[in-house]
Amino acid sequence: MSDMNTAMVEKYRNDFLKEVEANVEEGQWVKMCMQCGVCSGSCPLGNAWAHPPQEIFMMIRAGKRDEVLKSDSMWMCTSCYNCIVRCPRELPITHIMHGLATYSKRLGLAPKTQPTSQFSEIFWNNMMKRGRVNELKLGLSLYFKDGFGQGIKNALANQKLGMSMMKAKRMSPAEFFGGHGIKDASGLQKMIKKAEEIELAKLKANT
Amino acid sequence: MTEVVATNETILVVGGGISGMTAALEAAETGKKVVLVEKRPYLGGRVSQLYKYFPKLCHPTCGQEINQRRAKMNPNLTILTMAEVTGLEGEPGNYTATVKLSPRYVNDNCTACGDCAKVVEAEFDNEYDYGMSKRKGAYLPHVMAHPMQYVLDPRIIGTDDAQKAKDACKYGAIDLDMQEQEINFPCGAVIWATGWQPYDAAKIQPYGYDRFENVVTNVEFERMADPKGPTGGKIVRPSDGKEAKNVAFIQCAGSRDRNHLLHCSRICCMASLKQTHYVVDAYDDAQVTIYYIDIRAIDRFEDFYQTVKAMENVSFVKSKVANIISDKDGNPICRGVDTEGYHRYENPHDLVVLATGMEPSVTKSDFPVDIVINREGFVEPDPANGGVFAAGSASDALDVNRSVQHATGAALKAIQVVNRVACVEG
Repeated sequence: MSDMNTAMVEKYRNDFLKEVEANVEEGQWVKMCMQCGVCSGSCPLGNAWAHPPQEIFMMIRAGKRDEVLKSDSMWMCTSCYNCIVRCPRELPITHIMHGLATYSKRLGLAPKTQPTSQFSEIFWNNMMKRGRVNELKLGLSLYFKDGFGQGIKNALANQKLGMSMMKAKRMSPAEFFGGHGIKDASGLQKMIKKAEEIELAKLKANT
Repeated sequence: MTEVVATNETILVVGGGISGMTAALEAAETGKKVVLVEKRPYLGGRVSQLYKYFPKLCHPTCGQEINQRRAKMNPNLTILTMAEVTGLEGEPGNYTATVKLSPRYVNDNCTACGDCAKVVEAEFDNEYDYGMSKRKGAYLPHVMAHPMQYVLDPRIIGTDDAQKAKDACKYGAIDLDMQEQEINFPCGAVIWATGWQPYDAAKIQPYGYDRFENVVTNVEFERMADPKGPTGGKIVRPSDGKEAKNVAFIQCAGSRDRNHLLHCSRICCMASLKQTHYVVDAYDDAQVTIYYIDIRAIDRFEDFYQTVKAMENVSFVKSKVANIISDKDGNPICRGVDTEGYHRYENPHDLVVLATGMEPSVTKSDFPVDIVINREGFVEPDPANGGVFAAGSASDALDVNRSVQHATGAALKAIQVVNRVACVEG
């Protein structure tokens, strides 16, 4: 549990909806949900969610803070946008799910071994190094995220895919040594760092 | 040629449905001259296409008969059918209306004997049954049509059928030389009662109205329940004619949805509850499921809702269906997640009825005069509208009861305008 989490709990006490409205991207939309269920029914991965979006909105209003923020449900969203397109009240459901996921991650509540969360982190760190995604290293980090033995197994299982990608010039072994990037990677890093600072300051101001 | 005698103390009523008829009759019965213009060949509008009314479950034909009698007895009322207002100019107390009259090809000699229809061979989709049945090229729109006269479909004019119809008529009622005609006449105030139309269900893509035969709209279902309707009153599946005993109603199909209609259409909850009675009355082993967000059975309709809710073979599922698929036997399957427990369901039904909402039948661009329209598309009561007053469901999504009340109010507004004219000139 992070300090910020403790601070947020202190501040909002029993009003999780207010907390979401103030701190989660597009959170101000949550109260507009009329519980029709079209989002949950339209979700192609609906079966994989412990709590479908409609239920998450109700849980937020019911003040179930821990159950929501520690849930892996919003990490299941694949951004297909079916829910946004069909929502009778035009709630940006996909964005709210991502907003909740980000917020829970910031507070250190996100489930540690949730694959989407892990992948997002690997992808982000990979991309931030040179400003472009290094496909080779991204693949390798993903294969080896659960240890060396499992990594070898994963690599062997996907051998054919890797070879095909190399043949099609979608991936180059040379990427292992440095790899391609943008002209001013450090400039980008500074920019992102500044943005992070601004976002964090906003959250802190809310505590 | 049709001639209309009118002055600037005349009230023009546009639309001859239940609201237009009511407004016209109420005004005419106070002694005002009224011209009633109706686009269809008969009066009564969409109410004439209903099988039963809620909440009393009585037949609309009863009230219509009373209105028709009132219309026949009143010398102040001029009725123009197959007529459309194409222009309106002027100001309160001094308007000039332009009306386009389409040829009926049948004159007042018609006795509605039906001999013309017997000899005509061409058949067309029957608008009265929303295209679920066919009618002849010479036809009586429905059994209670007012005026009680046949109509020749313009598509048979110039064919052998038209001549055959003319030859079969013993009363010289068929006049194939009738032409479209445009007339102008003055009026002091206008009551705009152009009513509503069902929202186009095919636009609600996930429900597959345009893909699945056994997904129908509530207005089609209403025709199906009518003994004089396309199925002779049998509730059956359009795909194979099998009895539809397991029927699902989907509420808010298009209404309360920012992708479709912004407003609650008000009538659909009660319409589905009423139509539930049709199914339950038709089959002892009926099974009805109503999918809803919330049931809006306003004021005294609550009793009606409770009666349906208490029926053993009726279940209510608090959920808006996400989408419909069809299995190989043509059974529509409703899929979604319910709000009472968040259970994922996939329920097969014999027939799905979409409780489609009401939208205004005239859009802003089609009004012959500048008029204030609200964001839902209905006519707003606004001083800027001058002597033009909306009545009934041109003003909002209203049921019959409220439409009639509203139309009576609109008649009073119009009478006030023409009375001012009378004061100045008298």
